[in-house]
Amino acid sequence: MDINSLAGLFNYWIVIVLMMTGFYIVIARGNLIKTVIGLNIFQISVFLLYITMGRVDQGTAPIIQEAAQADQAYSNPLSSVLILTAIVVGVATTALALALIVRIREDYGSIEEDEILILDRES
Amino acid sequence: MIEQHLPVLIVVVPLIAAPLCVFLFNRTLVYLFALATCWATFGMSLFLLAKVLESGPFSYELGNWPVPYGIEYVVDYFSAFVMSFVSGIGAVVLTYAPKSLNDEIDPSRHYLVHPMYLLCLTGMLGICITGDLFNVFVFLEISSLSSYALISLGRSRRAPLAAFQYLVMGTIGATFLLIGIGLLYQLTGTLNMVDMAQQLADDHGSRTMLVAFAFVTVGLCIKMAVFPLHTWLPNAYTYAPSVVTAFIAATATKVSVYAFVRIVYDIFTPQFAFDVHGLDLFLTVFSLIGIFVASAAAIYQGNLKRLLAYSSIAQVGYMLLGVSMNNQDGLTGGIVHMFNHAIIKGGLFLVVGCFALRLHSVRLEDLRGAAKTMPLTAFAWVLGGLGLIGVPLTAGFISKWLLLTAALDNGFYLVAGLMLISSLLAVVYVWRVVEILYFSEPADAVESAREAPWSMLIPTYLLIVGILVFGIWTSYSVGVASQAASALLGGAP
Amino acid sequence: MTLTPALLIVVSLALPFLVLVLIGLFGKLPNLRDGLTLVLSSVLFYVVCCLADHVFQGGRPELVLGNLLPGFSIGFKVEPLGMVFALVASGLWIATTVYAIGYMRAHHEKHQTRFFACFAIAIFAALAAAFSANLFTLFVAYELMTISTYPLVTHHGTEKAKLGGRTYLGILLFTSIAFFMLAIGWTWSVAHTLEFQPGGILQGSYESGGIQQWQLMLLLALFAFGIGKAALMPFHRWLPAAMVAPTPVSALLHAVAVVKVGVFSILKVAVYVFGMDLIRETSIGEWLAYAAGATILLASLVAMTKDNLKARLAYSTVSQLAYITLGAALATPASVVGGGMHIVMHAVGKITLFFCAGAIYVATHKTDISDMRGLGRAMPLTMGAFFIASISIIGLPPGGGVWSKWFLALGTVETHHLFLLAVLMISSLLNIAYLIPIPIRGFMKPVTGDPPTFKEAPMMCVVPLCCTAVGTIVLFFLANGLYEVLLPITEVAK
Repeated sequence: MDINSLAGLFNYWIVIVLMMTGFYIVIARGNLIKTVIGLNIFQISVFLLYITMGRVDQGTAPIIQEAAQADQAYSNPLSSVLILTAIVVGVATTALALALIVRIREDYGSIEEDEILILDRES
Repeated sequence: MIEQHLPVLIVVVPLIAAPLCVFLFNRTLVYLFALATCWATFGMSLFLLAKVLESGPFSYELGNWPVPYGIEYVVDYFSAFVMSFVSGIGAVVLTYAPKSLNDEIDPSRHYLVHPMYLLCLTGMLGICITGDLFNVFVFLEISSLSSYALISLGRSRRAPLAAFQYLVMGTIGATFLLIGIGLLYQLTGTLNMVDMAQQLADDHGSRTMLVAFAFVTVGLCIKMAVFPLHTWLPNAYTYAPSVVTAFIAATATKVSVYAFVRIVYDIFTPQFAFDVHGLDLFLTVFSLIGIFVASAAAIYQGNLKRLLAYSSIAQVGYMLLGVSMNNQDGLTGGIVHMFNHAIIKGGLFLVVGCFALRLHSVRLEDLRGAAKTMPLTAFAWVLGGLGLIGVPLTAGFISKWLLLTAALDNGFYLVAGLMLISSLLAVVYVWRVVEILYFSEPADAVESAREAPWSMLIPTYLLIVGILVFGIWTSYSVGVASQAASALLGGAP
Repeated sequence: MTLTPALLIVVSLALPFLVLVLIGLFGKLPNLRDGLTLVLSSVLFYVVCCLADHVFQGGRPELVLGNLLPGFSIGFKVEPLGMVFALVASGLWIATTVYAIGYMRAHHEKHQTRFFACFAIAIFAALAAAFSANLFTLFVAYELMTISTYPLVTHHGTEKAKLGGRTYLGILLFTSIAFFMLAIGWTWSVAHTLEFQPGGILQGSYESGGIQQWQLMLLLALFAFGIGKAALMPFHRWLPAAMVAPTPVSALLHAVAVVKVGVFSILKVAVYVFGMDLIRETSIGEWLAYAAGATILLASLVAMTKDNLKARLAYSTVSQLAYITLGAALATPASVVGGGMHIVMHAVGKITLFFCAGAIYVATHKTDISDMRGLGRAMPLTMGAFFIASISIIGLPPGGGVWSKWFLALGTVETHHLFLLAVLMISSLLNIAYLIPIPIRGFMKPVTGDPPTFKEAPMMCVVPLCCTAVGTIVLFFLANGLYEVLLPITEVAK
């Protein structure tokens, strides 16, 4: 694998780095807010993956213009459309998660998972 | 005219009804509206099932966009079957709900419960009916997000945390699925399942496909609560309101199993998944471990809801055992068990709801002697429990028998033996409760309790009697399931 | 009345259900409820007799209710062995109903409606098992019997009842699900049929190499231990545990219905699934015969140590059941017919003994044998019946038991198992040792302490036990007829 193909896959490397970073945060952090942030990073890496795969070599934005050449290539718009949906889902998830955290904090006075578990055990 | 658009209406009706609920501020009105929607949905699903049985599978093109450009809704034996029992249980549980909800959730929030419930139902029906892979993800998230919200409404302060943990696990699962779908799209350039399967047929063994397969499998395994990815389930089921638990426990994991079977059998093909990559061995081993570990855990639970939650994890194992056998009998057994377990577990959780209403606790020590003051509820537990064990003449026996003969036909003697021995663990955890209900001196709270109201007992017995009916009359459940199985296996539909 | 035999099957299966419904309707009116039970149980016996008349003349009425699953039907086909068992079960149901009414009322037991309702279901299960045309139906009936008798065993609802019920259900469900169901599934996967057929259904697979000899032996073991109701050691513990039940339950269910369903199933499996020829040819029954022999001796020895009368009778039952298993394991015509006859002989004898135990308990509240000195003087009828029934169980003339034991002994001689013959003889001696002292103590020994203030139990209790005691003697003279009707089961269809 030469440097060109490595560099050519730049986006995918970023996807993987982001994905693992997000995933690690979700697993390793006990703070509920940080968990949500991790989850967001994790999801965003997937958005990036989708957008990247829609790119076509030499392609332009998929807007048909009369002056365009007959063999003009366009990027695939569908993956961007899909990811719009996924972003909405992601936002909803984040909103819900934050709402839950608010309620958890009201009930326990803490957003650290280990502290909450200790409180639960005591009660 | 309307009839022709039923495949889309079955999803759209509850979807539109959900926000409308919010605007009807009157509590009774909201409830009645949601109830009517649920029963209408059930009616539509029965109609679709009847149509499939009469004239075979058919599909519907959304907005008249031709396949594979547009989204396609497919009504075949499998999807119609799963939709019929999911919406049926949704309707029965909602009929049961008002008294239990009054007791467990602040009345001022009721108008929010019903929209969530309808959205959850929408999501599950959508997963079943859609023929578009990305749609599966969207509907999965619709049902998941609303179920997180529903679970967080539980009376205990642990409910939001349980919902949050479920949310984290669920989102990871769904995102994994999204990655898998993305990779498949990259590989084939289509999202339509049939089209995708055709394109993949030429592409056996590419690394992208393998990675996609891995992501989809793991993602759905989280959603199905396959051991060892089941950790979210016990807390979520325990702390959710009784009605929500009954609905979600009876339907959510089954729909995930449905999605899994669909994707593995229809898109990846069993040949790729089982023969080349050995998913069957993986599933069999983890199912069996899951069955034993979860059943053993159920034996030691002091909380009735948690006990049933662990039992649910074990029962998913039986479904996947059937799926992993990759033959007609086994797959039929797995699919029938989805149905049978849905009515059994739904019925049992409704029983638990009755106890929760009258005794304000579902801890086993608070249920002592409850058979004396709540005989009908206690007897419903016995019948449901017998179904869970798989005693002949109950629905549980039918699926277990099918799985047994399938395993023996395949020559899996060890699997057959372990499966039977594992079902004995169910005897222990069911009977432990029976003994507490019938043979203990009643506690004070139990002594003064009354039998659950008829408005709850009748829906409960509807499901409980269903266990007996579908244990004797199997031409519906087994008949449709075996047609679904043979269609999945590529035989004549 | 002219009913077709198939219709007779329907009627005889429907009658217990009718009883169940009527009991449910008239639960608040005990006299009407018990009267109806009595009348309908007599009608049932009559119907079963009509059916028997047809079957013993060579008819094999069939009835298929439908498929529970594709390929697995719930069907009934009556053959002599099942017919004899049905006659015993339905006939003794009448006696037990009369007895139970007397006993339950004398004892002021609670939940009598539930009691009689579960009783009716158990009889239904017994008849369904007796008439079953295939293993699948047999299994369904077998499990229904287990579940429906659980409330009877735990009738008192006490801690002791709970523990007894736990053992009962635990062992019966464990063996039936882990072994019996597996065995049935295995049979299906080998033979692709579960229908009972004269000559068995496994012969063909064995000859074509579909199943090896060691596998057949394992399959037989799964059946023998899986049918836990046959109480083959080491899965016999449920039987003594179930003795916490009220005595009529012990009498009907644990001398007649439950245990006899077990041994009946074993006989049926031996004759109609394996086939007697196959068992003898491959000598897969050898070890089972010795296991049964061991159970016969061990259970008899344990029985001698028991001072509680019901416990002693329970172990005696374990021992006597093993006789029938032995008959099935030897698989000669004489031994199988002997086993079939022993179902009848032992049922009538043992139910009498249990009735006596219950009557003594009702009248005196005594359960230990050591307290029963001089009882016979106050209760001559009960003790007399006990003596007569003991004679039959031991196998001495003029008790019916002598014939079944004779044929079983013949079976051991035919197959040159002289050791097992010795076991049978020693067991008979042990039977004498643990049964005869009870009436002797009752009649001969002087009463210790105060003179007895009690007399015979209520008529409703005494009459049935006298009838069944006379029955054991009648059977002695009817044995030839019984032999004749049972002989056809040993014939293999050509």
